[in-house]
Amino acid sequence: MRLRLTSRPEPSRAMLVTSPLLAAALTLGAGFLLFLALGQRPGAALHTFFVVPVSSRTGVAELLLKAAPLILIAQGLAIGFRANVWNIGAEGQLVLGAIAAGALAIRFDGTTSLWLLPAMVAAGILGGMAWAAIPAYLRTRFHASEILVTLMLTYVATLTLSYLVHGPMRDPQGLNFPQSILFGESALFPTVLAGTRLNVAVLFPVLVTAAAWVFVAKTFAGYQMLVGGLAPLAARYAGFKESRTVWVALLISGGAAGLAGVGEVAGPLGQLLPTVSPGYGFAAIIVAFVGRLHPVGIVVAGLLMSLLYLGGEAAQIALQVPYAVTSLFQGVLLFCLLGSDLFVFYRVRIGRRLPAGSRA
Amino acid sequence: MTDLLVALLAGTVAAATPLIFAALGELVTEKSGVLNLGVEGMMLMGAIGAFAAATTSGSLPLGVVCGALAGVATAALFALLTLTLLTNQVATGLALTIFGTGLSAFVGQGYVSRTLTGLQPIAVPGLSRLPLLGPILFEQNALVYLSLLVFGAIYWLLYRTKAGLILRAVGESPESAHAVGYRVIRIRYLATLFGGALSGVAGAYLAVAYTPMWVEQLTAGRGWIALALVVFATWRPERVLAGAYLFGGVTILQFHAQALGLAVPSQLLSTLPYLATIVVLVVISRDVQKIRVNAPASLGKPFHPGD
Repeated sequence: MRLRLTSRPEPSRAMLVTSPLLAAALTLGAGFLLFLALGQRPGAALHTFFVVPVSSRTGVAELLLKAAPLILIAQGLAIGFRANVWNIGAEGQLVLGAIAAGALAIRFDGTTSLWLLPAMVAAGILGGMAWAAIPAYLRTRFHASEILVTLMLTYVATLTLSYLVHGPMRDPQGLNFPQSILFGESALFPTVLAGTRLNVAVLFPVLVTAAAWVFVAKTFAGYQMLVGGLAPLAARYAGFKESRTVWVALLISGGAAGLAGVGEVAGPLGQLLPTVSPGYGFAAIIVAFVGRLHPVGIVVAGLLMSLLYLGGEAAQIALQVPYAVTSLFQGVLLFCLLGSDLFVFYRVRIGRRLPAGSRA
Repeated sequence: MTDLLVALLAGTVAAATPLIFAALGELVTEKSGVLNLGVEGMMLMGAIGAFAAATTSGSLPLGVVCGALAGVATAALFALLTLTLLTNQVATGLALTIFGTGLSAFVGQGYVSRTLTGLQPIAVPGLSRLPLLGPILFEQNALVYLSLLVFGAIYWLLYRTKAGLILRAVGESPESAHAVGYRVIRIRYLATLFGGALSGVAGAYLAVAYTPMWVEQLTAGRGWIALALVVFATWRPERVLAGAYLFGGVTILQFHAQALGLAVPSQLLSTLPYLATIVVLVVISRDVQKIRVNAPASLGKPFHPGD
């Protein structure tokens, strides 16, 4: 028995929408089997994982709180991915954003100025951009793969943060724990929903999503980058500059990741710690793909991914299942989605024999 | 001084060994035209597979074999997606790393505090008595010797056998190879699985010989450094070997920094291998022509015989 594939003349629009749903269903199926294998009652376990976390006001607030950085970063990454620029080091750019904003919060601790928070936001965005500018320069000037450079810089960024909270930025009264002072009120985003941790930073992904939609659908630069990704030769022929695409893609995604870093340290964390993100920068790659690199799709995918994080925490507490089950689900979801994409681009039949004239 | 030098160089060889396995495996995979960015994920699966098998059975060789098999199984997932279901190789490779990181952490939960007596050095009779070279090269564990054997075998396979010629033909021009009757997809499957096996052994080496223990993300980016090494080596096995020892040296330098009188915080010293990777990548990539001539022409491009 073999798969027989025939290319579709153009991608199937129906499958483009159906395949993420198919992938989600397959992931649920995999979860069912996984919990069964772990000796849990699968139905109850899936309920704990996917329903319980969002059945309270606090739960919904946490869902939005975790979805915010994911959506923010994924919107930036998607602009690059569409143009074949692979920034996979958003985690490092997030860390740089956190360091830049945290440095201001520590330096101006005790101030009541309303300017501190906007300054931290600006510093975070610039920090992320600066970190992403390194791979942009090395790619455009020396043709060095941005995949490897962004990833290597992620390790450098996390080690630098670790050095800072163990050394220069450590809380002098902190009993030698590797953490900074707790930020003052003027360095924290105000809460918007009483009794929860949801803060005004939740507006950033909303604004960035709108901006991403305008950039992709309405601007010439967005169009140029799309062409550059789909048909590099045509783009070159039309005089679109590849180096500009690389710069724009990396600066936008780096800035968005840096902003997400500010959101973490000036939000739920409220200080600098050796780890400021549970892998949002990597999970956002999945969010971008599951969202079909489309601004609206990314919002849906970001909420789904956030639910996976919450579900992992709930499962850990209620079912004593290791928290790593979250990244397991993340990987499975992306695999299923990539696999389901087959139906978008090909007609699939299952047959015993290959059509005449071809061999596999 | 000699003692320090010997310690440095012997440490270099030990630190380079996982990079040799992983990079040579990826080299063979890439020679067939398949770009598998999931090396880090396959190494992690190999590491936990080996550690779990070794602690449970008490047999280190069995652990290494299980590590290789875990790598093969992870690579099979990648091959199924990219070669049969024709998914994007870059995206699937990233997914494989995320998946491997998660699954290894999940499986490894119960093994975090377990201890293991690692693979012991075996002195090669005669050769280990050589001054300098003896203690550096010939008082290592079996996997270090195996890495050199694997290097020789791959070199011989690629450049002295018909199988190597076919493999390279498939990577350079899958259409031509297909037209003259070679089974491109089958060959790419084999090359990908072989790469997975070696990545698995690389992870196993870390888990049962080098460290030897299990923690989440034990590989610490070595899979990505191995990927960079393949580019650095312009797809030549002998340069992979040289590059791996260079990186091993950089890695080991941080552990001896204090003895050398360097007062740099340990976290900043730990960034050295990653910074070195970037520098080396820049130096090698600036010559576009060199990369274009040496890279397998169909690298990363899907091939579908029906089209």
